[in-house]
Amino acid sequence: MAQVPVMELADAMYKMVKDTMGMKKWKATDLQKASIEMFGEGNVDKQLCKDAIKELVNNGRLVYTYFGGSFLEVPHKEGAAN
Amino acid sequence: MAVDKKYETPLLDELEKGGWPSFVREIKSAAETNPMANDLLGLLEQSYTEKKGHWKHGGIVGVMGYGGGVIGRYTDLSEKFPNISHFHTMRVNQPSGWFYTSEALRTLCDIWDAHGSGLTNMHGSTGDIVFLGTRTEELEPVFKKLTDAGFDLGGSGSDVRTPSCCCGKARCEWACYDTMGLTHFITNKFQDELHRPAFPYKMKFKMAGCPNDCVASVARADISIIGTWRDEIQVDMQKVREYAKNGTDILKEIVMMCPGKCMDWDGKDLKIDNSSCRHCMHCINVMPKALAPGKDRGAVVLVGSKAPIVEGALLSSVLVPFIKLDEPFDESELWELIENMWDLWCEEGKNRERIGEFIQRVGMGNFLEAVGLEPQPDMVSHPRENPYIFYEEYFEEGE
Repeated sequence: MAQVPVMELADAMYKMVKDTMGMKKWKATDLQKASIEMFGEGNVDKQLCKDAIKELVNNGRLVYTYFGGSFLEVPHKEGAAN
Repeated sequence: MAVDKKYETPLLDELEKGGWPSFVREIKSAAETNPMANDLLGLLEQSYTEKKGHWKHGGIVGVMGYGGGVIGRYTDLSEKFPNISHFHTMRVNQPSGWFYTSEALRTLCDIWDAHGSGLTNMHGSTGDIVFLGTRTEELEPVFKKLTDAGFDLGGSGSDVRTPSCCCGKARCEWACYDTMGLTHFITNKFQDELHRPAFPYKMKFKMAGCPNDCVASVARADISIIGTWRDEIQVDMQKVREYAKNGTDILKEIVMMCPGKCMDWDGKDLKIDNSSCRHCMHCINVMPKALAPGKDRGAVVLVGSKAPIVEGALLSSVLVPFIKLDEPFDESELWELIENMWDLWCEEGKNRERIGEFIQRVGMGNFLEAVGLEPQPDMVSHPRENPYIFYEEYFEEGE
């Protein structure tokens, strides 16, 4: 089976994070597991997930955050900055 | 920049007394020209007066593309101390063994004087160069200047933390492998893991050249790589006799203190049963001119130590009793083992669970099986006295 294009996977990951903003914090591994479940094991692997996350972070669509552990979130102004 | 407002700091002033270096003196010196350092003095005095901290943890600030290297800090007294309303820390990846030219240090200081408080920790307990206190909008300019000068940010959060090591073969005769070379290699090999947090929690590598373990990797690193040897301790018997002649009580100071009870001294010759040697380095440290680690050198790889944060402290456990670590390092089978461990930990580990805690939870036996390692007696503390360790020969003799 052909692998999912990295941008398609990145868009799907972005949607997962955006749709659950404020309800769920996503670690990189959580996104990987959810993506494999969504697209199937033969179509998405660990490296592709890494590439998709790198794409999202390098483009600024997602940022890494730290709240006891590192998570991926849609950029926003944090409360502590107020 | 001129600083107008001065704070009264009677409590902090107490910490300038005495003949030792004082962090207050350093902050005051920086405060002469830096408004951030000046407000820091005022805030700290207030904290000492109230016995209360006034910092808030930021979680989102960083530089584009990186998930580590910046630790967000804000004060909850930003109206009173506006210059430290943002006071983020930046971790800068230190060179292996902390070697710098004076020019490199001046470059770092110039960058920080221009963009931050001018205050640094050299070095933080992680090993990194720590830049203390800057504003969010200054992070990218600092990062740009650092990378132009050949530096990079270090790790923070749930990633590979900046690997650190002892000075190794650069300055120490006991180094059993090139700690600095390996640290440099690991830093480059795991760039993705260093800058893009993907683990349940932090992952620290520390490289020590010999069992003296000057970087305390056995207590502070998730993966400790400690130099050792597997042949016999090198002995210069003439020098041993000279130590005895010059007043070293070999029986009392060395033989009686050997944890493996593997030495004997008859006043003329030192006998060592190397099969019982625990490689503690005690005898070598006491008689450095007479004894030296063996010639067949490599490293022992341990896993799982940590300082107490979420849970209590752990010391690391032996994973690979001996491995040759010669350049090119990328041919070592160690990396596959480490990636297997990470895969398992990422799959099964809980958020904020260090790998040592994970091993405790699932059991070392299950962990070894999952990462594809055979259990060995070297992995057990006191294997010869442990009633739960059985050998085939034991059964044969008993039957």
